[in-house]
This record gives sequence, C-alpha cells and structure tokens, in this order.
Amino acid sequence: MIELTVNGIKRQVDVVAGMPLLWVLRDELGITSAKYGCGVAQCGACTVQIDGMAVRSCQAHIGEVAGKSVVTLEGLPKKEQHPVLQAWIEHQVPQCGYCQTGQIMQAISLLDLISNPTDDEINQVMSGNLCRCGTYPRIRAAIHAAAAKKMAEK
Amino acid sequence: MGHMQNLSRRAFVFGSAAIAGGIAFGAYGSAEAAVPSADGNPLTAGLGPNSVTFNPWVEISPDKITLIAQHADIGQGVGSVQPIMIAEEMDLDPGQFEIRFAGPSPAYFNTGFADEFAPFVAADQSPAAEEARAKTLEWLRQAGLQMTGGSSTIPDTYEKLRVAGAVARETLKAAAAKRAGVAVADLSTQSGHVILPNGTKIAYVDLSADAAKIPPVLDAKPRDPSKWRLLGKPMMRLDIREKVMGELKFGIDMKMDGMLYASVKLNPAKGQPLKSYDAGKARAMPGVKKILEIKNGIAVIATNSWYAMKAADAVVCEWAPSAYPAEQADHWKVLESSFKPEFLGKEWRKIGDIEGGLKTGTLVEAEYRAPYVAHQPLEPLNGIGLVTDNGMEIWVGHQSPRFVQWVAATAIGLKPEQVTFHNQWTGGSFGHRLEYENVRVLAEIANQMKGTPIKLVFSREEDFLQDIPRQIAIARHRGSVDKSKIVAADLQLASTTPLKGLLERSGTPSKDPDGQLAAGLWNVYYDIPNFRATSYEAQGLSPSTTWRSVGASTSGFFTESFIDELIHAAGLDPMRARIAMCTVPHYRKVLETVAEMSDWKGPLGNGRGRGVAFVESFGTPTAEVVEVSMTDRGIRIDKVWVAVDVGKVVDPVNFENQVQGGVVWGLGHAINCELTYAKGAVQQTNYNHHEAMRIYQCPVIEVRGLENDPKVRGVGEPPVPPAAPALANAIFAATGKRIREMPFNKFIDFV
Repeated sequence: MIELTVNGIKRQVDVVAGMPLLWVLRDELGITSAKYGCGVAQCGACTVQIDGMAVRSCQAHIGEVAGKSVVTLEGLPKKEQHPVLQAWIEHQVPQCGYCQTGQIMQAISLLDLISNPTDDEINQVMSGNLCRCGTYPRIRAAIHAAAAKKMAEK
Repeated sequence: MGHMQNLSRRAFVFGSAAIAGGIAFGAYGSAEAAVPSADGNPLTAGLGPNSVTFNPWVEISPDKITLIAQHADIGQGVGSVQPIMIAEEMDLDPGQFEIRFAGPSPAYFNTGFADEFAPFVAADQSPAAEEARAKTLEWLRQAGLQMTGGSSTIPDTYEKLRVAGAVARETLKAAAAKRAGVAVADLSTQSGHVILPNGTKIAYVDLSADAAKIPPVLDAKPRDPSKWRLLGKPMMRLDIREKVMGELKFGIDMKMDGMLYASVKLNPAKGQPLKSYDAGKARAMPGVKKILEIKNGIAVIATNSWYAMKAADAVVCEWAPSAYPAEQADHWKVLESSFKPEFLGKEWRKIGDIEGGLKTGTLVEAEYRAPYVAHQPLEPLNGIGLVTDNGMEIWVGHQSPRFVQWVAATAIGLKPEQVTFHNQWTGGSFGHRLEYENVRVLAEIANQMKGTPIKLVFSREEDFLQDIPRQIAIARHRGSVDKSKIVAADLQLASTTPLKGLLERSGTPSKDPDGQLAAGLWNVYYDIPNFRATSYEAQGLSPSTTWRSVGASTSGFFTESFIDELIHAAGLDPMRARIAMCTVPHYRKVLETVAEMSDWKGPLGNGRGRGVAFVESFGTPTAEVVEVSMTDRGIRIDKVWVAVDVGKVVDPVNFENQVQGGVVWGLGHAINCELTYAKGAVQQTNYNHHEAMRIYQCPVIEVRGLENDPKVRGVGEPPVPPAAPALANAIFAATGKRIREMPFNKFIDFV
C-alpha cells in the first residue's frame, strides 16, 4: 500500500511503485481533471500540484509521491472564486477543453511565481502546455485578467 | 472566368456519378432500414409517462426539458449552440434544460451537406445550382446520412432547430390555451413558462401531459433575428463552466461498474493483419488479466489503463507487411507518376483556351507538395464497449453515429440495429473521430469479453501509429502572365483520396471521383480567362481521410501560393490584384475588409513581409493576412488578420475562438508537421515529433465576421486553408524565398 494525500484527503493505493501518479488519480482514485495526452511530458494536460509545485503527473511515479500532498483542479481551495478559474470562464477559453485543466494548473503556478507576467513570460512558462484547438490568444488574455484580479484582491 | 452564369451552363447530369462532385453512398444509408418509430421521431420510443416530444430535438417530461444536440461536440461548441437555437425560440433560459447527444437515426440526416455535395461552386447561386442542391438534399434525406463534419452544423441546423423550438413553443401555448380556455393569441411565453392573460404562469414541464394529447403546431415560424435574445449576441457557451471546473466528463473519463481496461498493439502497417505474437513477458506483468488476439493485433485486458498499456508494449508481434510502399520516398514517387490519364480523377473545370493561354506572355511553372499529417486531438481514441447476447452497447465520441453501428456490428457479426450507441463529449477530433480504429477493435475485444464492460484507451503512440492521415499531394501548376494580367492558370493535382477512403471504411464505397480533391482547386474566383482544374487520384498509397478543412487544406496552399507567384510575375500587388480580379462582389468585400483591417499598403521592407491568401471552403469565403519578421532566430509570425463571411454570426464569441483556432491549426501544421513512413509505419509517434503550434509561436489574431453571404455558413474549417499560403506568401515578401512544400521548417527556421 502506498499512502498519499489527494485534495486534502489521505488515500491508499495498491499499485506498483513505478505507476505514474496520473493513472493512479484517473483509474484508481476516479479523479479525472488530470488528463492523459501524451504520457511523455510533451503536452501538460496532466499537470497537478505536488507539495505546491506544478508537476506533470505522467512523470511522477507514485512511489515517489508517497507521503506527499497532491492537489488537482478539483481540490483547489475556494474554487468557485478562484481568480484564474473565473478569468478562464469570463474569457471563454475552452474549445474542446481537454487541455484546459492542465493549462489552468500551469497558469496558477505561473501567477504564483510572477504576479503580473508579460506575454514573453507567459510564453516561456505556458509553452509546455499544448492546445490542439488553438486557444492560445484566450489563454494569454485570461492570464492577464487573472493577474489583474489577484492584484485587485490584495 | 468572369461571370458566375458561365458555371451554370456546365453540363450536369444528376445521377450517382454527379452527386457531390463524386459522392454516392451505398445501400446502407437507406433511411427505411432503420426507422425506429412510425412518426420518424426517434424520441417517441423512449418517452416516459406524461411526456411529450414534438420533433427529434425536443423532449419534455413532468420534471425536465431535454434538448437534443444532433451534431457531435468535438470542441467546436455545437453542444452549446444547437440547444441554444432551440431555446431561443422556446423562450428557455440557459439552465432550464438538459442537453443530450442524438442517438443514431435517419431523422438526424445532415441537410448541411447539400451545398458541398452538389457539383457547383459555392458562389454559384444560379437556378441550376440551386436545383442540384435541392436534389442533393432530397437524396440526403433518403439516405439518412447522419454525420458531423464539413463545417455543416450551423448550415444544417440554423433553420431546423429554430423551427423545432418554434413548434414546441406554439404547441405548448396551444395546450395551455386549451387547459385555461383562452385564445392562443392572448398567450405569451417567457423563461420556460406560458403566460396567461391574467399573468398566471404555467411551467412547460407542467404542460407535458396536455401537450402530448394534441397535434403539434407544425406551421410555427421562427422569429426574425432582430427579436433574438441569445443568438447573435456575445453569450456564454453552456459547456465552459464545467470544462473550466474540471467537471465535464469526456469519453475517456467514463467509468462503469465491473469495468476492465484494455489497451492495444496493432499492426502499424495500417489495415494489415497480425502474423504471430509472443505474450510471455506481458502475461506476467502487474494487473494483467488476459491477452487477446484480434484481427490486426493484440489487446491486453488489465485492472487499469496503465497496466494494460505497459503490457501491450511488452508483447512481441510479427506483422504482415504494408499494402502501401514501406518507405516514404516511394510514396512521393507514386504521386510523381500519377499525373497520367489512367489516374485521372476529374477535369473539374475548364474555361477558355488553356493551351493557347499558356502560350501567351510569360510562362510560370511550379511544383508544390504537402505531406501526410496526423490529427491527434489531445484526447486519444477510446471507448467503452459491452457485448451481451442481445447485442453491443458502445460509449464513444464519434461524428457518424449510424456508421459506428455498422462498423461495430460488422466487426462481430451483429446487425447494425443491435448496436446501441451513446455519443460522448470529446477532447477534439479534427477529422480523427470520423474514422473507426477504436470502434472496430473495441467491438472485437468486448465480444471476446462478453458481459464485462471494457474501457479501451489508445496510448498516444498507438494513436499516432493508427491515425489515418490527411492526404498527401503534389500540385503541378502552370500559368502565364502578359501585360500585367494573369492570362492562364492550369492547376493539376495528384493526391490520395480522403473522402473516398472514409466512405469505403464507412461501408458506403463510391466509385466517383473524390470531390474533396476539387476543393481549393476549382473554386477559384479570379477573373482568369483561361483556366483548368484537374485532379489525379494516386493509387496504392497510405489510406487517407478528412483532416480539418480536408481537400482545401492542401489545395488552398497550392492554389493561393501559385496565384501569388503569378501576381508577382505580373508585377502586381498581391492584395490589390486579388481584389481587382475577384469576380464575386461579396467575396471581394472579404478581401477589401482584410486589406482595411491590416492597413495593407504594399511591401513593408526591413526584413518584414506580409502575405495574403483567399480561399472559399465549405461555402465560406475567408481571407487572411499574415505578417512576419526575419530575426536572428528565424521567422517570427507577428500578426494575423482574418475576414470571413458566414452570412450570419450566430455565436460571436465562439465564432472568434473557432476562427483563431483554425488559424493556429493551419499555421502550426504548415510550419512543422508531417508523417513519414519507414518500414510501413509512421515515424512520428508523439507530439515532440509532430508539434504544431505552441503558445510562444502564436501571433495576435484579429478576426472580423461578415454577414453578406446569402446563406448561413459554417466556420470550423474555412479559416484553415488560407493560413499556410498567407504565411508562405509573407515569407516570400520578407525574404524573397518561395516555399512550395509543407512543412516549411524543412526550408526555413522559425523562432
């Protein structure tokens, strides 16, 4: 049994230590906001937080996550009022939406690092997240809007 | 070619060979074979007590209102705009109804294909063209062709869903009038209620039983757009919140009690069988329950998807060789030798004296190439299947519900009507979910695991390997210019056949020329007195299929690059020349609009350049200007302007998002994507080999929608075809280098 905390709840899973966190979340724990896109850290759709850091969950072996705290989009605190999620809704970013949970988790991490990022900084941090539908112009706009919201809240 | 009337004089026989410029579906598409109820409404059979349905799109029970989304949602937003078109007429507000995807039924035949399939260019509105479209529509009705694609959702549903909503509204009013003993004329509707003259409100759901007892008011008319509350105005897509909150369940997120997981390893030589395999190592791996042999490979059944994928990877397979050339170089050789009479698809259009024209003035010749490209929506192919003694149930996101039934049934010896299909929200498609690689193997696997629900998920690598790609094509174009005018253009194309291939795999093979090879080739609206457009169909190459914008994705690049070459050879300005040559007034307006948006004033200089391209695809004229700069790190795309005329913009926010996404799709794949074969398998098996556009390369994209077209048009695909030629033309303007082959990064670096 491997024990970890997911969205504030202690969970135990009986899988091999080399199994990626992504598949533990999806198939063993039924948490589906982290998406399988590529399996090789090329798309970012599986992005979650481990101990507060944005991580590609397809690359995190469950054995290494033991005892750590994982937060997926489902478990974000004050989700309904979250400035990034609100900005994503207001700007109607998603098309198919499959990559967007990963985009959002990455954007949250970006805004934790840089409170008011430039387009160049957005490009640098968000380029690991693929969007096949091409919502990049809206992702940029939503990140700027979320940054403004966060600053207004302070 | 001057005037559109010339086109209507084309000889035109409406037999199977003429439909679609070559689309005739086989017997399976017969509506009579599958009519589920006497009234032709598939909702009737499933109605609960005291419930009513007025048509195949509206269902009201005592506790809820359900609106049916006929077209599959592949990210383009139709899961939202379809119910909103009904809700607009019913005076329903978002949140007052549930949405369900349509099941398979000929009642959901796609009227939107009538224009694309009739053998006339879109701008031809002559009586002969309209008559052909009416006949095509009747044929579509009889065939019951239920398919999402060809940017047809809005053209198909714009009238019929608003009428469906109006019929529901007027019938509910009639039911309320009868109950209250007042005249219908004295009633109004608002926010899910009928309002009586004394102000009393009756909820629609409370009228369901009454409404079921009266005949529907079939002559109800939809309202004039000036009365719209929701449509045509910025509105919130109904799926946005759930997608942002991570709550929306895609097909890959579905789960069933007792379910086991499957993954597959299939012959990468597409369509060829398995010869032998050794699963010794795989059998002993964690979580593995079973290893099954299927027609073209093996499947692993395990306790989760990852165990299944790992074990499938560990199975050693010996494959039958590919039926197409094993090596990519030989694919190109076949194409090169396909410009011969025996491979003629069709001479789609001939105007004037092409040979004489080519001998006038300066001859310009150029060869263009476009490679195989993958679809690769971010949600890989998947599905859940359950086979019992009664038949099969399948939960999968797909664009052709009735063909899913046929493919699954055929794979395991059932009748199509024994397959129950439940459509799912999908993480993109771009044409991928018109094919059946997951459907066929899921049927085979579930059939061997009778009684157990099986969830199949393709690994990304397997998805790449089995992706039926976009067509590969070579164009050999000749033209001439004289006295600052284009005198002749002879456009010749050799290509694999995307639509024909899809139809064959759908169980409806066609012997007619592939109409998609005319797209972007024959629908050229410039005043060129001598013109010819000819397609050749290469034989024996990789299967190919429809990829966002289909034929126009390659021919749009070839044609608009070549027109640019002719314009430059004639010493003209690329924008002003296109505007001057454009023969269709409202298409000219699209070019004039993009010129105005971009403040086009000719060459920019200083290592900067602009290119323009104009392509009509699926009836939607689209013009784009791309601006690039040369930098030390390569070409940077600075800005894109797009003008597109859809007749009516029904969902403005989503419209902009779709157009921008189409541009990103067109540019990204033109820059860096191709699939190449080696030993019969594609060499690109994940996004690091087939990247398309990432955010750092994404320019600012300014969009304007025009509403001058006499018909309501779609916008999912039309922004794609002009993107690549506009970029290539911009690179030429900035650098003097003419790129005639995709992907462009083989010839020039990009930032």
